[in-house]
Amino acid sequence: MFHIFCPYCQEHREEEEFHARGQAHLMRPADPDNTSDEEWGDYLFFRNNPRGIHHEMWVHSVGCRKFFNITRNTVTYDILETYPMGEQPTITADSEKLRKEQGVQTADGGWQTVGAQPESKALNEETSS
Amino acid sequence: MSNVREFNTVPEGNPQVESPLAWSYRQHPVPGAGSQRAGVTLREKALLGHLVLRGGAIVLDEAVRQVLDMNLPAKPNALVFDDSGERSIQWLSPDEWLLIVPGGEECTLEHALREALGDAHFSIVNASGGQTVLSLSGENAREVLMKSISYDVHPSAFPVGKGVTTVFAKASVVLRRPSEAEWELVVRRSFADYCYRWLLDASSEYGVDLQQ
Ligand SMILES: [Zn+2]
Repeated sequence: MFHIFCPYCQEHREEEEFHARGQAHLMRPADPDNTSDEEWGDYLFFRNNPRGIHHEMWVHSVGCRKFFNITRNTVTYDILETYPMGEQPTITADSEKLRKEQGVQTADGGWQTVGAQPESKALNEETSS
Repeated sequence: MSNVREFNTVPEGNPQVESPLAWSYRQHPVPGAGSQRAGVTLREKALLGHLVLRGGAIVLDEAVRQVLDMNLPAKPNALVFDDSGERSIQWLSPDEWLLIVPGGEECTLEHALREALGDAHFSIVNASGGQTVLSLSGENAREVLMKSISYDVHPSAFPVGKGVTTVFAKASVVLRRPSEAEWELVVRRSFADYCYRWLLDASSEYGVDLQQ
């Protein structure tokens, strides 16, 4: 069972109180009238399925019923951070790569963070395409 | 003043009213009630007034101060009572609070709150008919909860004045701790019979005292 920190309830809750709702940070095309079929198709139907760091939207469906975001490792199932809607992750695939290259050791337990810093340029470029 | 239509959900003429558990009491009376040592005391706080307030914390706080002389709990999972202990406000989510008052007060209270809130952006829903409160006490009450809920109910994690919405035996309930000795479950009407029977079953090994 996951033990997930809800950024609104401000505490860890059991996984059974939550539901996963797919990829986070999807951006609706800003100008729908001038958006191509392919762009609409990407927005509506196509999702990333990375091996490693992934940002997902979850909902605390049996608790406060608010949506929030989770940065999760799809290989190890580690939840690296949770953060409210409207904020950007502090941990991304790029930041993880950098951390590995620099050989920084961080205990897994230390990765659960409450807030999140702005802002990952790489992430925005990746998801708004 | 908003133009929302209000009406009293309690009809005039003093008709007979029944709690959501009336059917359950008839179908499933407690076996051998009163004849044994009771580790768990189960009591329904029936027919109370339940209002769900939604909106910004600051405007709602002003309104409940003015109308009820109570503070809106801003901290997540907080539960506060007024001096009489009969009225409570519980944090449910960053923009949602549950207000429970003695039965019959809810309609005038809703009106007073709407007056106080004026044109602010808010919603008040009278949920009195939709849910009921079950009170659990006795020396084994916490053991019963430990069997039914994955949430940590140890006193260090669940002090008096805390309330959470969580999963109780696969149903969603509001669990709260008004005092050292007592736990309250706010259950939805459609789950009331199920939760009641679950509680009877889970409590049976300790002996149940059902107070009606
Ligand atoms: Zn929550």
